[in-house]
Amino acid sequence: MKNRRIENVKREIRYNKVSLFAIIFLLIISLTSIFAFLLPYKPDATDIGNMLQAPNLSHLFGTDELGRDYLTRTLYGGRISLIIGLLAMFISTFIGVFIGTISGYTGGKLDNVLMRMVDIIYSIPWLILVTVISIFLKPGFEAIIIVIGFFTWMEVARLVRAETLSVKEREYVLYAVATGESSTRIILKHIIPSVFPTIIVAATTGIANAIMTESALSFLGLGVQQPMSSWGSLLQNAQGNLQSAPYMAILPGIFIVLTVFSFNKVGDVLRVFVEPQSSSDKE
Amino acid sequence: MSLKRYILKRIVQAIPMLIIISVLCFTLIQLAPYNAVDAMVTPRMSQATVDLIKAKYGLDKPAYIQYFYWLGGIVHGQFGYSIITHQSISSELVARIPATIVVALPAYICSVILAIIFGLIAGAHKDKWQDKIIDGLCSVGIAIPSFWLAMILIFIFGYKLMLLPILGMHTIGNESSNVDFLKHFIMPFTVLTLAFVPDQTRYVRSSTIGQLSRDYVMLQDAFGASRFEILFKHVLKNVVLPIITKMGIALPMLVTGAVITETVFGWPGVGPYFLTAIKGLDYPVIMAILLLSSSLVILGNLLSDILYCLTDPRIKGMR
Repeated sequence: MKNRRIENVKREIRYNKVSLFAIIFLLIISLTSIFAFLLPYKPDATDIGNMLQAPNLSHLFGTDELGRDYLTRTLYGGRISLIIGLLAMFISTFIGVFIGTISGYTGGKLDNVLMRMVDIIYSIPWLILVTVISIFLKPGFEAIIIVIGFFTWMEVARLVRAETLSVKEREYVLYAVATGESSTRIILKHIIPSVFPTIIVAATTGIANAIMTESALSFLGLGVQQPMSSWGSLLQNAQGNLQSAPYMAILPGIFIVLTVFSFNKVGDVLRVFVEPQSSSDKE
Repeated sequence: MSLKRYILKRIVQAIPMLIIISVLCFTLIQLAPYNAVDAMVTPRMSQATVDLIKAKYGLDKPAYIQYFYWLGGIVHGQFGYSIITHQSISSELVARIPATIVVALPAYICSVILAIIFGLIAGAHKDKWQDKIIDGLCSVGIAIPSFWLAMILIFIFGYKLMLLPILGMHTIGNESSNVDFLKHFIMPFTVLTLAFVPDQTRYVRSSTIGQLSRDYVMLQDAFGASRFEILFKHVLKNVVLPIITKMGIALPMLVTGAVITETVFGWPGVGPYFLTAIKGLDYPVIMAILLLSSSLVILGNLLSDILYCLTDPRIKGMR
């Protein structure tokens, strides 16, 4: 017998060409950022003779104000943006799952306190919260991962808590409780595997949101600092040269849009896998 | 009378949240390497003068008493002084908040109207070409960073076509001209509107789809009501009402909803003020804005719950 869920996903991809594009794009962008070192130029090799050159044959996407090859810089920038997105997502998902399962499984006072805490952090507008936290840390690569990772887990926590509340009433969990298994084991062995699909979907869109946040912070000068560059900081740099070198703004921007779009689309495809309901009502 | 009691209960629930937020802000100010004394003291002052200033503002007292001084000041609209410019934060905010509202409010209202139109069209034609186009555009729209869109518009309309000014709210020396203001207004307004539209359209779309599967729609259909009639007479009302009550949630946006867009366009609102403060580690300003915006979130949620309660008779019955 074929797995219904996998069949659903296959059909979704065959049906929906955009999802296929999203998956292929993400594969390409991951490969290019891993193998960026194979490019003929180094990302920080300056070339005073070729400053601010418009796209041409030897520099496909032109050069920046120090003569650095812009395609190379954009691909290396993508590497930083993707790494930040992935690591921040791991941290926020981990905290979200931790708080969510404990809150949902334990219930009572602890649940109340934890959820109030989520409410309070939620009531600070995200951009304000993230920028305020970032001033207490030395700006840079690690700081931005910490800032995004530690302050975007609330949504995941709420989702996971809601699922945990229903999962913990199922027979197999009640049975495990009756046989005297410890709460930690029950959460690890029964609760988390049951909510895992939800976690995966939330994590995929989490990467998209983290990349978006990183680009905004770096654009405002609060994210990664020179000489390291991400798509956001490339755009910050491009703002100063907008009149003479508009191509510097276009390329990293398109990469951000396509990457965020693709992660969100892949999230939708995974949702089909998680909730077979959402695809079957299309028939 | 249960409605009054519910509203009262919600107000009582919001108060501890406000207190915790204020304690949080105060603690962050205390943790910061500078404090309010540094804002008022210059290196040439004698120790006696410094002590006098400390005593005057109560800064020689223990932290918890200082907290009440600080809170008392805020209740009277006094947020203290900037460390960098030594200007009163309240008067700066009073000058800047209207500038933010002028661009954020029309953009928000415009985006709600657009979202209702597109969301209804998409929801009513689920999985048809109209829906695919609108939903597709929304997915792309969500992925576009607002500052990037702003840069593209600046390049096209500011540099290439030279149609619109790229910075500020007025041309210097031309402050009273409405045409000049509109020219400055149009790009930030467009960027903000487009930033708000995709999410809201998706919300309207999904609630339209939800409403269309309800029994009353089937009933109207059975009685021979036209699709147009069903959509605009019945579904519209049920879709729009929650959106209007949700406007409470948009309250904090009037202060901090346009930080990035304002910064790109040099719009003299709260955004650039906040970012300058962040970069200069101007803690009193940062905390004032943090406190103000978080309080508005809590008040906005409260407002929206009360509005929802007032407009939806079913909730009245439940409480």
